[in-house]
Amino acid sequence: MQIRLENLTKNYGKTTAVNDLSVTIEDGHLVSLLGPSGCGKTTVLNMLSGIVPVTSGHIYFDGKDITQMPPEKRNVGLVFQNYSLYPHMTVLENICFPLEIKKIPKKQRIERAKVLADMVRISDLLERRPSELSGGQQQRVAIARALAKEPSILLLDEPLSNLDAKLRVEMREEILRIQRRSQVTTVFVTHDQEEASSISDEMVLLNHGVLQQQGSPRSTYDDPANYFVVDFLGSPPVNKITGQVRDGAFVTEDGALRLALTSLGRGLLRREISGSETFPAVLAIRAESILVPAAQAAISATSVAQATQATPSISAKVSNRYTIGRDELSVLEIGGQTVRAFVSAEYPLADGQDLQISLKKRGVFVFAVESGERLV
Amino acid sequence: MKTSTASASGKASSPTQGQGQEQAREQLSGRRPAPARDQLSGQRSAQAPKQAMGEKPVGQNSFGQKLVRSFLEPLAYLTPFLIGLFIFTVYPFVNVIVISFKQDYQFLTDEFTSFGFKAYEKIFQDPNFINALKNTGLYVLWVVPIAIVISLFFANLLNRKIRFRRWFQTAYFLPMVTSVTAIGLVWKWLYNFDYGLINFVIKSLGGRAINWLNDPAWNFAALVIYGIWSMLPFTIILLLAGLQNVNPQYYTAAKVDGAGSFMIFRRVTLPLLAPTIGLTMIVNIISASKVFSELFPLFNGKPGAAYNLYTIVYYLFDQFYNKWQLDRAAASAVILFLIVGFFTLLQLMIQKKWNRV
Repeated sequence: MQIRLENLTKNYGKTTAVNDLSVTIEDGHLVSLLGPSGCGKTTVLNMLSGIVPVTSGHIYFDGKDITQMPPEKRNVGLVFQNYSLYPHMTVLENICFPLEIKKIPKKQRIERAKVLADMVRISDLLERRPSELSGGQQQRVAIARALAKEPSILLLDEPLSNLDAKLRVEMREEILRIQRRSQVTTVFVTHDQEEASSISDEMVLLNHGVLQQQGSPRSTYDDPANYFVVDFLGSPPVNKITGQVRDGAFVTEDGALRLALTSLGRGLLRREISGSETFPAVLAIRAESILVPAAQAAISATSVAQATQATPSISAKVSNRYTIGRDELSVLEIGGQTVRAFVSAEYPLADGQDLQISLKKRGVFVFAVESGERLV
Repeated sequence: MKTSTASASGKASSPTQGQGQEQAREQLSGRRPAPARDQLSGQRSAQAPKQAMGEKPVGQNSFGQKLVRSFLEPLAYLTPFLIGLFIFTVYPFVNVIVISFKQDYQFLTDEFTSFGFKAYEKIFQDPNFINALKNTGLYVLWVVPIAIVISLFFANLLNRKIRFRRWFQTAYFLPMVTSVTAIGLVWKWLYNFDYGLINFVIKSLGGRAINWLNDPAWNFAALVIYGIWSMLPFTIILLLAGLQNVNPQYYTAAKVDGAGSFMIFRRVTLPLLAPTIGLTMIVNIISASKVFSELFPLFNGKPGAAYNLYTIVYYLFDQFYNKWQLDRAAASAVILFLIVGFFTLLQLMIQKKWNRV
């Protein structure tokens, strides 16, 4: 079912939890609502399920306005952060309960529950009670219960945050598999950008109740709409060099670094910037977008030429190094500010080494500090 | 225990300091310190075996130390409480059982004619005691279930987001902190044949006035109504606590799935509240089995208008206070203890089963 939010707003007293949100979620997609805690993502979810009334705006399911419809008529399946399985019922009874409410005959509901249990791979646990299950198993039961009544929309409220790191990766793949099999339109709330980008078709980024960007994980990462998005997505966090935009160039406070805006990133300015305009700005560089000499030498001459073409060389000094699995994360000093760069473990840098780095076109952006607006 | 732990941790961080502490302790106590013990795991710490092997104290065995540290020392702390417990609980409890076997026991002279089950035989031949058993049983059967159903209703109301909720909660709890005798006198007035509020209501509804307190046929009903009322506050509080322990998310989940409020109550609230209800029921059965303070003021200290409403505790009181038959009073107390004990065991068993679930 297609979900359309139109100018959706929710106020709690004087605080605005969700502000004028307009988003369309296509049928059969898995979409994550992503943002820091308190950004209003759970409020959006609760408005979708009908638990929380809407202050203003509209919600449409397949074009039908359901803003005022009570929760039980919306046919949504809900999975809670702590799963909320009924402790006095067995797994089978839990999955059957939504069908029992719908007054479906006992035989049919058990049949249906067994199909679902099979799908979420808990067929051997049907007679257990929730207290006898692990977190991951409870999670599967909760999803099966939410799917039991064949909802037109499945809503998941931070479903993985109570699991340990390894299980979390496993379960998010499970959720994706289950969603693909059931084809149900799914909205997934999370504050974990890695989780969101790994499984969603689309991400809806929220901050302070305001929509920041909607798009595929790839497009939001490669083409962030504003400073919040670039800062929120990516691990390690994007490198930030503070400075100013002056005379059409990005200049650090001490003037040590001066880069023409057109030489950065793809070199396309988002808007006209006149020569006399001066304002504080941030140069954001992804850790994988920094090229160090060793790597430059290692890869073919043409691609080095392409890569270095983008920016002139920047002087840097290695101040620290960490091993992160396959790569090394080197901490570099550029004009008194530090950045982290991925360096292949095959060509490690030495502590204290002076070097000339260059920047790739991809993963380099410039933002205005005050508005968060993207310039390059 | 505390000092030995301190010396162990001191040792781990800085050996010299630890040794200094140890020496100081030696001087103070005049003996080698006990092996350090890891308090968290209850096992000996890594340093302990070394210490025990290398410097085994002379004239001290580890069993003696263990006895002192894990038994005698805690015992010393508990002594004041244990003395009180023994004098006021254990001794009287045992003594009551003993007295119940001493026929014609004289309290002042500590004399008795024979030792045996005579007192038990006598009370079971006493129609008043049989009457007391029957009345107490019926009282429990009427009061406990009705009180729980009514309390469940009020607890549910009080658990909602209503106006003046706090005020209501306090109001319902108020009878618990009021003197039972004072309340008994108020009820006596409520039940008054000519001027009582209850008869006034019955009459204004077109009914005939009931002689609650002086007509033996109505005595039991009067006692049960008052009993139910006096049981409500405690029961409501217990059930309310149970209700507030239920995660509201279960209700949300059921509601989103389309369950109506009766369905939610029957399939979610009630099962989740079952352990609390079970506990409340047993506690109430026990307290109702001991009914006395409701009975006494209602009928001017008599067990009903025609001595028709004996209860076990009233019988006990009567045998001891009016008839000075200490052995029979003690025997009826033992019978009451067995009844209450049975229900307590039952409660423990049920509770265990629920906890497993």
